[in-house]
Amino acid sequence: MDDILLQQTIERYLEGKMLPEEKAFFEQHRKNVPEIDQMVVEHTMFLHQMEDFAANHNLKHSLHEAHAKLLANGDINEGGELSTKGKVVKMWNKYRKVTAIAAVVGGAIAFMISGLVAYFAPATNQQAVAQLSAKFEQQEKKLTDLTNKVVKESKLPESAIVKSGGSAFLIDGNGYLVTNAHVLEGTNFANVYNNQGKEFKAVIALRDEKRDLAILKIEDADFVSIKSLPYAIKKNNTDLGEEIYTLGYPNFPRNEIVYNIGYLSGETGFEGDTLSCQIQMNANHGNSGGPVLNKSGEVIGVLSTKQLKADGVTFAIKSRNIYRLVDELKKKDDANAPSIKGNTASSLRNSDRVSQIKKVKDYVYMVKAYNK
Amino acid sequence: MKAEFNEQALLKGLALNDSKAIETIYKDNFTMVQSFIINNNGSYDEARDIFQEAMIALYEKAQSESFVLTCKINTYIYSICRRLWLKRLQQLGRYTNQVDGLDETVSVEEDLEIHEKRNADFAIMERALNSLGEPCRSLIEGFYIKKLDMQSLSKEFGYTNADNAKTQKYKCLMRLKKLFFAQYNIGE
Repeated sequence: MDDILLQQTIERYLEGKMLPEEKAFFEQHRKNVPEIDQMVVEHTMFLHQMEDFAANHNLKHSLHEAHAKLLANGDINEGGELSTKGKVVKMWNKYRKVTAIAAVVGGAIAFMISGLVAYFAPATNQQAVAQLSAKFEQQEKKLTDLTNKVVKESKLPESAIVKSGGSAFLIDGNGYLVTNAHVLEGTNFANVYNNQGKEFKAVIALRDEKRDLAILKIEDADFVSIKSLPYAIKKNNTDLGEEIYTLGYPNFPRNEIVYNIGYLSGETGFEGDTLSCQIQMNANHGNSGGPVLNKSGEVIGVLSTKQLKADGVTFAIKSRNIYRLVDELKKKDDANAPSIKGNTASSLRNSDRVSQIKKVKDYVYMVKAYNK
Repeated sequence: MKAEFNEQALLKGLALNDSKAIETIYKDNFTMVQSFIINNNGSYDEARDIFQEAMIALYEKAQSESFVLTCKINTYIYSICRRLWLKRLQQLGRYTNQVDGLDETVSVEEDLEIHEKRNADFAIMERALNSLGEPCRSLIEGFYIKKLDMQSLSKEFGYTNADNAKTQKYKCLMRLKKLFFAQYNIGE
């Protein structure tokens, strides 16, 4: 038999690629011819050796690669310069678990301490700040006094129980208003009134209790959308001492817009709250949710709370939070989100205060929040 | 318990030439071996050689069916490296006052004997391959080591078809076998 053919046959036999009959024939042949048998054994041995050799070769290659990789990562070092990146990665890998445990322990301790502090702290703390919304419960009377012809029929449902109220102002000509979340606290519905007493139905588009802000959307056929608002909403902080003013409805539920002035007295709010700032101003319940404007007619904040045991210490949520809220709303429903003007667009910049107020007051609304 | 399981998994991975397992074992043990060898009159290159040799020994052990590792991987690697390095030092006539390292060691003589026998066999194969000449050598390597199929091999080497390449491969193999067994049997 040709040597090459024999080799091929043996290889096929060893790989198990033979058909059963062929295999039987070959095995018979093996038995009869000792030389062939010897060749099969020899070839098997050789192939095995070759297999081991290949495995060894490939392993050496893998080891070489592993060495190079670990060296590059800085996991191992051969006396050369350690790359800092490798060092940091190594440190991180090494202390990852420890870091995680430390973070968990730290977090737990922080929780415990804050819990203890909250537990043992004097209870008066909680009432140190009063929200400036007007809280009351009242069955909105349907006016039956027919002699009073001025009053139109209310759009509030008959069963509505007005729970609280405050102020709000437009941030977009299409009827988006900003107010405080606490103005709407515990309620599901809100109607808004302009300074002429005209009533519009509104829906609560977004509440953010953490920032104490909410967005209302007027959904009323009577509402005529406005091309542009006279004021802009400021993105950055205001300087201390800058004179500011507000418009709102402190005589809630009387529909009378009231002007008030003060100055920015602190860059942070109550107990260092960075979301808000401190204002020296005498505000009343009902002012909540009103805009705080600077002398150029830019909205710098939303009036929200005052300190109970101090005179005139009032707090406003910084206006840049309004942008955050609008972003959130965009995330929720992009098509129906308001678009608000940036820093430079105030058209009130060079007007005097009286004409500023005249323009702004039409955009400040009173809010009545109610439950059905 | 968990560590034990991990070690078993790592050894299984090593036996399959899994790069992740190799890297893990490498990373966990290399520095220990390196500092041992550097502290005992060795160089960085020698440390790498010795360590990789130990990895191969561990691989061989992990591959055998009756394999049980009676100690931790790091103890085993350390023991092999220590033994190999002492031997290497003796061969080179380089002495070190005392090979230090009080780490636990296990007896690896038997394993090393098997390992050395295998290394000798591989050396014979290597020599046989080297004296085979081109293109036989590359053809054989391509088929048996890189495990390429006949089709792509015939393309790579420029054979007109796979069958011709196959015939050539068998011719080469026969020559290789002759070369190998000539050496191998003398070795025996």
